[in-house]
Amino acid sequence: MLFNTKNPFRILGLAVLLSGAMISAVHAEDDDDNERVAPARNALWQTECGACHVAFPPRLLPAESWRAVMSGLDKHFGSDASLDPAAAREIGSFLEKNAGREKHKTTGKPLLRITETRWFKREHDEVPARTWNNPKVKSAANCAACHTQAESGNYSEHNIRIPK
Amino acid sequence: MIRIFHVLVLVFVAVAGLTSLSAAAQTPDDVLTALKTEAKASTIGFQGFSAERGERFFKQTHGNELRCSSCHTENPAASGKHAKTSKIIKPLAPASNPERFTDAAKVEKWFKRNCNDVLDRVCTPQEKGDVLTYLLTVKS
Repeated sequence: MLFNTKNPFRILGLAVLLSGAMISAVHAEDDDDNERVAPARNALWQTECGACHVAFPPRLLPAESWRAVMSGLDKHFGSDASLDPAAAREIGSFLEKNAGREKHKTTGKPLLRITETRWFKREHDEVPARTWNNPKVKSAANCAACHTQAESGNYSEHNIRIPK
Repeated sequence: MIRIFHVLVLVFVAVAGLTSLSAAAQTPDDVLTALKTEAKASTIGFQGFSAERGERFFKQTHGNELRCSSCHTENPAASGKHAKTSKIIKPLAPASNPERFTDAAKVEKWFKRNCNDVLDRVCTPQEKGDVLTYLLTVKS
């Protein structure tokens, strides 16, 4: 069909996605510092994963971990986070396509928690126990408690404010 | 002739756009009406929905640690907080948050998930209708 009027927002969404892709392409060329490359984004991933927690960046887990996470959404860390099959497919392929490449030494089972990766432990080894136990932080999954720009995918050290 | 065709196409596009918009937009009352139809078909001796019953259901535990109000708080007109991740949850009462209960698929998705967390089963149309009736009585 020439005019897809079923969802007028789809065209707008596509335009936003395209401009986002162009910006990220420019950034990737400009700058090879990993931290500054615009993070991979997907609207459905943002809405669905971001409904209960920060939509965690796909590069923080390897593809096999995302596959395991996505196949157990009905029991997702103790909550039912099930999705309809079409949404699960789209989000799953976005996560796997942009997954991290770091190899994890595992016991054979894929790691499901970002906080258990060597990368996470290394990056957070200076954070004292009293910060993790602060009720304002509550959970290590609560990135936005300290990473003030986590919602927009920016985890730069400049934007860290540790709650007192 | 070509110009008339263009105008016709434009009119068609405009009408189709408006129709699809109005079909997508639902009100909490539409959702409630649909639940009532379901409840009538599935509940023997269905006597309508009750805000009081909905409020009790919302604030009680049902065998599990979590209840509806664990995350949505005892005041559904206020913002809530995810019990595990602390993520802010926008108010559930339509009086405070007009986006609530305007998308049937979203309503269905969250009732399924949350009822599983709170009751280890899906909720009945009666339970869902009672809760929505209660939420519609909550003032902002």
